[in-house]
Amino acid sequence: MKNPITGLSKIFDNRIRLGVMSVLMVNEEISFNDLKQMLEVTDGNLATHLVSLEENGYVKVHKGFIGRKTNTTYSVTRTGEKAFSDHISALENMIKGIK
Amino acid sequence: MSSENQPLDSLRDVRDIRKMMERSSRFTSLSGLSCVAAGVCALAGAWAARRMIVNYYGDSKEWTYSGHSFAALKENLLLLAGAVLAAALISAFYFTWRKAKQQGEALGNHISRRVFWSMAVPLVAGGLFVFGMLQHDEWRFVGPGCLVFYGLALVNTGKYTVADIRYLGYCEIILGLLNILFGSYSLYYWALGFGVLHIVYGVIMWWKYERVKVN
Repeated sequence: MKNPITGLSKIFDNRIRLGVMSVLMVNEEISFNDLKQMLEVTDGNLATHLVSLEENGYVKVHKGFIGRKTNTTYSVTRTGEKAFSDHISALENMIKGIK
Repeated sequence: MSSENQPLDSLRDVRDIRKMMERSSRFTSLSGLSCVAAGVCALAGAWAARRMIVNYYGDSKEWTYSGHSFAALKENLLLLAGAVLAAALISAFYFTWRKAKQQGEALGNHISRRVFWSMAVPLVAGGLFVFGMLQHDEWRFVGPGCLVFYGLALVNTGKYTVADIRYLGYCEIILGLLNILFGSYSLYYWALGFGVLHIVYGVIMWWKYERVKVN
């Protein structure tokens, strides 16, 4: 039997990273502040997880300005999209396993 | 994480993903009560407008569409329309704000901004268009114009909030078009569209999505 865990990505073990990816899948682009508000996490915490997602090539960062304030937005990469849908398929298989 | 717990963890993960996708792409705090309140304002406004018109035509023996008293009627009707719009907006905003607070959804995030703009563009365009018609003394299509533009605004907004609102939009558009085909009684069509439809839709939404939480 195929191991159902294949496809599950370690990166999405973390709830915040999972949340960031879920939000990015349905929004073309989203700002740091909106992400923070939606996931109800602190600046530092969110920043750390975004860095690790970026290092894995799952998200793209765009730095911009609104007036003088920095406005950093994030979007999902192709690799990220693929990894996330593989992860969801793996989750589905796991759930089918209980039935 | 032990492997026995894996399926349960997966279920929880999937639920979380779903919730985040919903929450980040749709504004879910639009309250049914907002619609009911707006509908009540519209009905009250339509009733007051009808009285003004009946009084005007009842008093004067010769039915004129110009002259001093007609200008006064027009001005009063415009003031009334402005008051109704303000009352409807304020009461609708209040109930939605209340629901947003209960659900912990922010009113200033990217998604409520998107709702605002997708609603504002067709509405402002429609409002200016209707004003333009009044400038040319073309009052016959004001009612249908309001209904059609408002319907389009709702259909557009359906992408970012409770999708059912599109059906209300379709109904408003159909009503507006019927009104243009079958001429007169604009005020009744208007009252039906902005009053009765809002109340019916609001009650259905409240029944479908909010009632459960009350119990």
